[in-house]
Amino acid sequence: MIEAHATTEDVHAHPALQHHFENMEQQREAGTLGMWVFLVTEIMFFGGMFLAYTLYRSLYPWAFASASNHLDITLGAVNTGVLILSSFTMAMAVYFTQIGKLRPQVWCLVLTLVLGLTFLGIKGVEYYDKYEDRLIPGYLIPSRPFGPAVQQEGQPFDEHKLHLLHGATVRQVEMFYWIYFAMTGMHALHMIIGAGLISFLIYFSLRGRYDPEYHSPVEVVGLYWHFVDIVWIFLFPLLYLLGRHLEHG
Amino acid sequence: MQAIESFEVPTPPKVNYINAQYGLKSWLLTKDHKRIALLYLGSVTFFFFIGGLYAMMIRLELLTPQGDLLQSTTYNKVFTQHGIIMVFFFLIPSIPATLGNFLIPMMIGAKDLAFPRINLLSWYIYLAGGLITIYALLAGGVDTGWTFYTPFSTTFSNSYVVATGLGIFINGFSSILTGLNFIVTIHTMRAPGMTWFRMPLFIWSHYATSLIMILGTPVIAITVLLLAFERVARVGIFDPALGGDPVLFQHLFWFYSHPAVYIMVLPGMGVISELVANFSRKNIFGYSFVAFSSLAIAVFGFLVWGHHLFVTPQSVYAGMIFSFLSFAVAIPSAIKVFNWTATLYKSSISYDTPMLYALGFIGLFTIGGMTGLFLASLATDVHLSDTYFVIAHFHYIMVGGTLMAYLGGLHYWWPKISGRMYPEGWGRFSALVIFVGFNLTFLPQFVAGYLGMPRRYHAYPPEFQVFNVLSTAGASILGFGMLIPAIYFVWSMRYGKHAEANPWHLPGLEWRTQSPPPTENFEVTPIVTWDAYEFAPREETEVVGKFGPELERI
Repeated sequence: MIEAHATTEDVHAHPALQHHFENMEQQREAGTLGMWVFLVTEIMFFGGMFLAYTLYRSLYPWAFASASNHLDITLGAVNTGVLILSSFTMAMAVYFTQIGKLRPQVWCLVLTLVLGLTFLGIKGVEYYDKYEDRLIPGYLIPSRPFGPAVQQEGQPFDEHKLHLLHGATVRQVEMFYWIYFAMTGMHALHMIIGAGLISFLIYFSLRGRYDPEYHSPVEVVGLYWHFVDIVWIFLFPLLYLLGRHLEHG
Repeated sequence: MQAIESFEVPTPPKVNYINAQYGLKSWLLTKDHKRIALLYLGSVTFFFFIGGLYAMMIRLELLTPQGDLLQSTTYNKVFTQHGIIMVFFFLIPSIPATLGNFLIPMMIGAKDLAFPRINLLSWYIYLAGGLITIYALLAGGVDTGWTFYTPFSTTFSNSYVVATGLGIFINGFSSILTGLNFIVTIHTMRAPGMTWFRMPLFIWSHYATSLIMILGTPVIAITVLLLAFERVARVGIFDPALGGDPVLFQHLFWFYSHPAVYIMVLPGMGVISELVANFSRKNIFGYSFVAFSSLAIAVFGFLVWGHHLFVTPQSVYAGMIFSFLSFAVAIPSAIKVFNWTATLYKSSISYDTPMLYALGFIGLFTIGGMTGLFLASLATDVHLSDTYFVIAHFHYIMVGGTLMAYLGGLHYWWPKISGRMYPEGWGRFSALVIFVGFNLTFLPQFVAGYLGMPRRYHAYPPEFQVFNVLSTAGASILGFGMLIPAIYFVWSMRYGKHAEANPWHLPGLEWRTQSPPPTENFEVTPIVTWDAYEFAPREETEVVGKFGPELERI
């Protein structure tokens, strides 16, 4: 990587250059590598939950299929689209910063923020539906513990009732919902942090802080944002698309 | 050679990182890695003494077979808190956050770590985690053992599990940030000419440590978080009564906590590599083997956690693989021990205090490692699991290894850190006292454990008393030995002899600047044209005298 940055005296040092770096290139490289390393820790963080998912899905496959069928696939799919689009606008924001076009840069950041908030709004609607159906696991909401209504054989179809497949039990379904809330909740928390970071970027880019020579904050937040998107790309099929073929709805 | 000559610095230095600024604020808001290292030094010492107090209570209780000093419930809390404080708040940050923080930028010729602000943040996070844990201890303590096994910790324990867990969760991020900072610094901040294979082995071992920190610590974070939710909201993920699997907790816990053992010992190995090479005035034998064995330990360390689960329903085939891989970790560890020994062979050894600790480390680590093989074997582990044999084994690694290395490193770099010399006579004396006390404490525990004395009980059958009396006597000597350096380090900060820039006459980059160093570490960015541990050839040494040529090179 960097082997020789011998030039101690940059004649005109960039104002954003911190004292302990030799030049902007070194500073940018450190920032980017730092974010990549941080993302590795994030992968391990989510990894613990993916492990729990794998274990319980293999133990209770029918409960996971039943519970997954109960999730709102339309909202989930729309949210997937929203996030992919926001990744695109984020990538464009980085691009416009690198070529020094201030106005489109700000617009792309604003779009990214709006799309991110849209995702969170839709997620909130989904969470509320689960709350209504008493699907919040354990005593996370002390006044409303887990206790969904179960669709009985021969009753008319009710989308608010849990349709259990092949002897799955309500308790096993609760395990799915705990993993669902843990993973999507942690993902949503990352989205909120990302939205905060993008707000900072908008504030500073309106003041013209970023230019082709100094764009690493935009780039680094971009990396983070893409990572959060990719987590969702894994979560969506794992949580929403199990056993859809087993039921008409 | 041009570049090297430019390192001559006037002594004693007028302005250095300690007196560059005054006032509490200049310390609490500092971004200087050297000052942050001192903040860490103070706080890990504080936690070490708390952990030591608990150790004292354990040893006093075990002096007699009856449970007379502490009740069983109190005793459960005492050994739990001893473990939590020592592991999470002393051993894991000890060497990396103090010596590593201070020396990594200096050894690679950088002005600071890559992210000075994040470095300071990591100390505050450490402090926050520590204070929450202390709150939990004062509020009523925690009695689950430092391992927090479920479902006891989630369902049955009536103590402050969530608060302690929160403290550990928060503290984990300080470790993650330290590791992240080190990795980025080592990759991007090396001085011109400081290639990967010119780096001191201290840097290599910290690089390996940082890899474990960033890969392992997030897993314990999520595990403790799930544990807390389980306890508060009864979601069932670790509770067999609710369809959960308590062994999943053990897998997740040890996926971090076994590699964490290498977080503790790898930096120690880095210190020992420095001490062995520099105090035998000889290039380390097999530099690249020692360097890569650190990485090998980091990699293998992640593949052996299942050896903590030999007595659970873990598949016997998984057990066999984990057993084999645990044996495999012995290879890189042995490479280090053999290479240190080969370095000592026919070298000119000086028995200064740091070297005494290093020699102690090599012996104690070997005993600790070899007894680990007993525990990595499926059949013997069934007999030894949860006995004092296990306790003795890991104390040989953690105290005999990490703590010895930490003290050795602290003595070795003390002139650089404080600008003062510690009293050498007292140093050697306390090193010997600690060595004797340590062995007297933990050798009898191997025997007691082998004969069947279980861990974590406050009362035991009378036939084990002789071992426990020996052990408690040893612990008293050990405790006394620890007090001596604590006193003379503080004393030397004011009354110690002023240290030269290079009191040991060594080629390392950290010795080529004044003691204590200036805030920017070097007056000009150094250009490195020499290998680590590049001492002058033997003939020259003989002509000019013991330290002649090296001095000239500096």
